[in-house]
Amino acid sequence: MTDTLSISLAPSQSEKFRTRVLPFLIMAAVLVVIPLTGPSRTTYSLLNAIGINMVFALSYNMLLGRAGLLSFGHAVYFGLGGYAAMHAMQAIETGTGLWSIFPVFALPLVGFAGGALAGAVIGWPSCRRAGIPFAMISLGLAELVAAAGFMFTSLFGGEEGVSGDRMNGPELFGLSLGPINEVYWFIAAWTLIGTVAMFAFTRTPLGKMGEAVRDNPERVEFVGYDPQRVRYLIFIFAGGFAGLAGGMAAVNYEIFTPETLSVIPSGFVLLMAYVGGIRYFAGPMLGAVLLTYMQSNLSDFTEAWLLYLGLLFMMIVMFAPSGLAGVLVSISQGLQSPDRRDILGRWARYAAGALLAFTGIVITIEVAVRESSGFGEVFEPFGFALAPDNPVTWLLALGLVGAGGWVMRSSGSDKEEASS
Amino acid sequence: METFFFSLLNGVIYGLLLFMLSSGLTLIFSMMGVLNFAHASFYMLGAYFAYTIGSVTGFWIALFLAPILVGLAGAGVERWGLRKVHTNGHLAELLFTFGLAYLIDELVKIIWGKIPVPYEIPAALDFPLFTLFGAQYPAYRIFMLVVSIAMLAGLWFLLKRTRAGLIIQAALTHPHMVGHLGHNVPRVFMIVFGFGCALAGLAGVIGGNYLVTEPAMALSIGPIVFVVVVVGGMGSLEGAFIASLLIGLLQTFAISIDTTFAEIFAFTGLSPLSDLGRISIASLAPMLPFLLLVLVLMIRPRGLMGEREI
Repeated sequence: MTDTLSISLAPSQSEKFRTRVLPFLIMAAVLVVIPLTGPSRTTYSLLNAIGINMVFALSYNMLLGRAGLLSFGHAVYFGLGGYAAMHAMQAIETGTGLWSIFPVFALPLVGFAGGALAGAVIGWPSCRRAGIPFAMISLGLAELVAAAGFMFTSLFGGEEGVSGDRMNGPELFGLSLGPINEVYWFIAAWTLIGTVAMFAFTRTPLGKMGEAVRDNPERVEFVGYDPQRVRYLIFIFAGGFAGLAGGMAAVNYEIFTPETLSVIPSGFVLLMAYVGGIRYFAGPMLGAVLLTYMQSNLSDFTEAWLLYLGLLFMMIVMFAPSGLAGVLVSISQGLQSPDRRDILGRWARYAAGALLAFTGIVITIEVAVRESSGFGEVFEPFGFALAPDNPVTWLLALGLVGAGGWVMRSSGSDKEEASS
Repeated sequence: METFFFSLLNGVIYGLLLFMLSSGLTLIFSMMGVLNFAHASFYMLGAYFAYTIGSVTGFWIALFLAPILVGLAGAGVERWGLRKVHTNGHLAELLFTFGLAYLIDELVKIIWGKIPVPYEIPAALDFPLFTLFGAQYPAYRIFMLVVSIAMLAGLWFLLKRTRAGLIIQAALTHPHMVGHLGHNVPRVFMIVFGFGCALAGLAGVIGGNYLVTEPAMALSIGPIVFVVVVVGGMGSLEGAFIASLLIGLLQTFAISIDTTFAEIFAFTGLSPLSDLGRISIASLAPMLPFLLLVLVLMIRPRGLMGEREI
């Protein structure tokens, strides 16, 4: 008989609850509490857009973060799923056969089916190889599908798209889906369902094999799995969840145009997922919140918001490849480490430097934008008039960038000394 | 006959323009493994630089100055941007250039505005060179042909007949070995990146006034350049050359064919009013390169003349 101590490496019950159940309970609570604060119509429409983008970005991360597949055409599945839901919505309006008892509330399921079907058809040729061939095929297919979208007008509605009316068919949960606050409950419910389902997917054997294929496809083959098959199955699910988000968008906006299939929304979902952080499950959600907010609000303040988005993305790629979620995680780790005062001090200096440099860049960009639009408008932050022909403007901008860069450099060199 | 001849000439010119863009991208891609998403943005910068410089000094000085400036910008991007990201792998590099393309697009919109700029063909070349089948052929297109062929000859001489070309050729197929032999590989990368961007800039200078100089020009030609590089094959300039001409001719000829599917497949009873029947070969022209890309990647992943798989 052996009397070795058996040490259980499995997480305890409380740990499981804390990491796997609690976050979703908190998310559900937040979703329920938001309407109690009495948001305005614009807030509601922003929240709905955020919910859709969250599911879309998470489905994208099933490919990029979990399976290591960089796609430039993920909006194809979002769009095709959305179109499937849109046509189903029209069928509900006509109310023939099975569609007369199909509630609009369940349309994201139609979207899921549409996206998964598209993934199953398109995925087979694309999943043979990972890496750059996959990225190129996805780009080529996205261009093809987007062009086809404009050609087949009976299916995609041409330039003006396909539109429908969500207030038809049987009601579910007493929601007529007419007013925007009722649409909010629809979006909130499906966002939660999508998020939980995608998290559950990461815990399945297929989800785990996807990570293995990402890290070492050769070894996976030795173990006896077919990497191409694993990629293909994950691709179908990712397409399905993108279609789910498309179905949510179909109900929310009641219109779909062929532009939603193109490479531009595909690029935007890549930005959302990467800025948020592809190595963390919650990263893309964070990115979806931030970028959707920027898209709807920052564009009111400045014409150059896409430039800021590009800058943010470049900074993340260059200095924080694990995204905003990674930054948050390392801050919380820093708070728990024993020499937190040193670390926090250094970070504070670094952040101050970054803020200075950023202010300088903002001044440069804003002055330039106003100059180029040619309306003679002057950039006046806090009442200071910064005219483009005033040398003070450029001295200020350059000085801020220089000072910020210097502060960042000096705190950066501290870091290297500390680590060596 | 007349359509055929003009399509042939235009197709060759368009193909050579594509080759000017893709030769740099092939060099960069084969050596560094980076599929530079911003390559077409450098092409756009070339056109805009030529417009701005040309409005001060005239076209002929801009023809030389603009590509050099674009090349310097490219080398700077490699030195201070891409090299930092290199340690994080190819994915990070690809995403870096993706973000850079975004950034250059927006910067161009801010500096030069969102509408096309009036970058025009120089007056000295704005005349019909010869008349064929009763139609006049503009001299500027022949000038483009001459510049492209001169670039082709120069590139061939540089790569096959000089020592620098020898190192670059070696680095195309065996980048690690070149490093082991004691060459400064990062510097070779920087020079090749800058040189490739300068070629793209040159394509912008002579193509910008032939097509349109607008902020969307990078987005419209960028994906086609990728197609050329992938179809041509990794590490193969010859492949890129053949693929460029192929796509140039394919697109130009397709545009000149007005036949619809209903006419081609009339024997199947396809209605000319249905969606499928209404599609004409001409409207398919923009899709053909991508169809080719997908087919090549599925059937022959190393491209027409590639020496190794991507």
